[in-house]
Parts: sequence; C-alpha cells; structure tokens
Amino acid sequence: MMRLLGALIAGCLIGIGLAVSQMMNPDKVLSFIDFFGDWDPTLAMVMIGAIAVAVPGFWLAGKRERPLLEAAFTFPRRKDIDLRLIGGAAIFGLGWGLVGFCPGPALAALSTGATPAFIFVAAMVAGMLAYKAVFPSR
Amino acid sequence: MSEFTPLSGLLGGMLIGLGAALFAVLNGRIAGISGVLGGLAAPSASDTPWRIAFLAGLLLGPWIASAAFAIRPDITVTGSPMLLIAAGLLVGFGTRLGNGCTSGHGVCGLARGSRRSLAATVTFFLVAVATVFVMRRALGR
Repeated sequence: MMRLLGALIAGCLIGIGLAVSQMMNPDKVLSFIDFFGDWDPTLAMVMIGAIAVAVPGFWLAGKRERPLLEAAFTFPRRKDIDLRLIGGAAIFGLGWGLVGFCPGPALAALSTGATPAFIFVAAMVAGMLAYKAVFPSR
Repeated sequence: MSEFTPLSGLLGGMLIGLGAALFAVLNGRIAGISGVLGGLAAPSASDTPWRIAFLAGLLLGPWIASAAFAIRPDITVTGSPMLLIAAGLLVGFGTRLGNGCTSGHGVCGLARGSRRSLAATVTFFLVAVATVFVMRRALGR
C-alpha cells in the first residue's frame, strides 16, 4: 500500500512540474527544439532544475542498502552503448521533433481533455505494442 | 512564438526532479514515463498496481497545479491528426527500443551519471533539432 502511495506522489509531483513549467505544451517544447528560430530556452531551465534536485536523490538512494518502500533497487546496470539504444533514441527524437510531445507531457496533457493529446497517446501506445510484437522477448 | 519563462521553468523542473528523487529513494525505481507505461504491455501482477498509481498521479498533477497555482495549462499543437499519429507511433516504438525518453534518460539517467542515458539524450535531442529544422525551415510547416 505504501509503495503505491510513493508511486502516486512521485507521479503527481512530476505532473505538477510539467504543468508549472509549461512543458505539457508542445508549442513551447518545439520553441526550444527550434534552435534556428525564435529560440525559447525554457526547456533548458527545466532540465537544470530537474537534474539539480534528482542528483542528490540518486546519491542518497545509492548510499542505501534498499529503498524505503521496496525490497530492492531496480535501477538499470547496463553500460554498453549499442545500436538499439541509439536507434531507439533517434526514432524517438524524430517523433518528438514532429509534434513536440514526449511521453510524460502527452500523458499529463490528457488531464486537460485536449484532443491532440488523446490522438498522440493512442498512437504512442500502439507504437509500444508494435515494439512488443516485434521483440516479444524483451 | 513562446516567451522565455526561466523561473516557472526552473521551479517546474525542480518539482519534476523531486518526483524522480522520491521515486528513487522510496520505490527504488527510475521515474521514466515510457518505461512505466510500456511495462503495462507485459502485465505482471506485482508491477501493474504501482504503474497505474504512478500514471494516475501524473494525470492528477496538472489538476493540482491548476487548483494550487491557478495555472491553466495551454496545449497548442500545430500538427495535423495524421502527423500526431505518425509522431505517436515513432515515440512509442522508439522509446521502448531505446529504453527510455526525456524523463528516464534525460532526467534520471543524466542525474545518476549513466553513459547510456547521455548517449541516448544527445541522440534524441540532435535528431529532434534536425527534424524541427527540416519541418520548419526547409518544408516551411
């Protein structure tokens, strides 16, 4: 029960952060990605703020034997940079650049009832299921 | 075009970072949205409830922000429905293939000094910049 509360609170804080920073708005995200246009550096501030707070959090987690509400940490341990990682990131970057939605903001934007968010999320879920169909073992 | 909003950007970013930090310390997990959502495609009885709780929080967050800070989130999309579908398919497939998105690689991965996440973040940023350049400057969309 407590671990569900932990997940709910973490998700909530991220949702509030996405709304406060306006990163839920694809137009604002694209204004950052559009380096050669009328550049809006806000997304860089969001990343700086997020990483500045996340670094001590992960440092603290690394000092502990186990997390507070679960039996063990489930952080990835891989260090190799392979074609799947880079290829997947490139495919994601292409989709992100086309509209300005990435997974977190798109899901958070569902809460506003905005139709484009529903269309995007439905397609995103289809893309995830397609991945599962192509690589069933992973 | 949108206006530079450094303070709300920094504050919002810190809230996102706080969510990621708490999820790491409390639940021992990476707050990567594509991973949390994509994991539902291979349901396991022990994982599904926390995934749903996390995603419910993500959708609840903007409502809380509206109530607490009187923010009315603006969602402006310039692309057509066909473009949204194409983008969604690419984002869904690509984030699963590459094991993460802006939150998992970009925030959590960079914060924990992961080489893989750095490589992924640089890649998706560069490809996104190139995509927007082609769409806006070359195709004039």
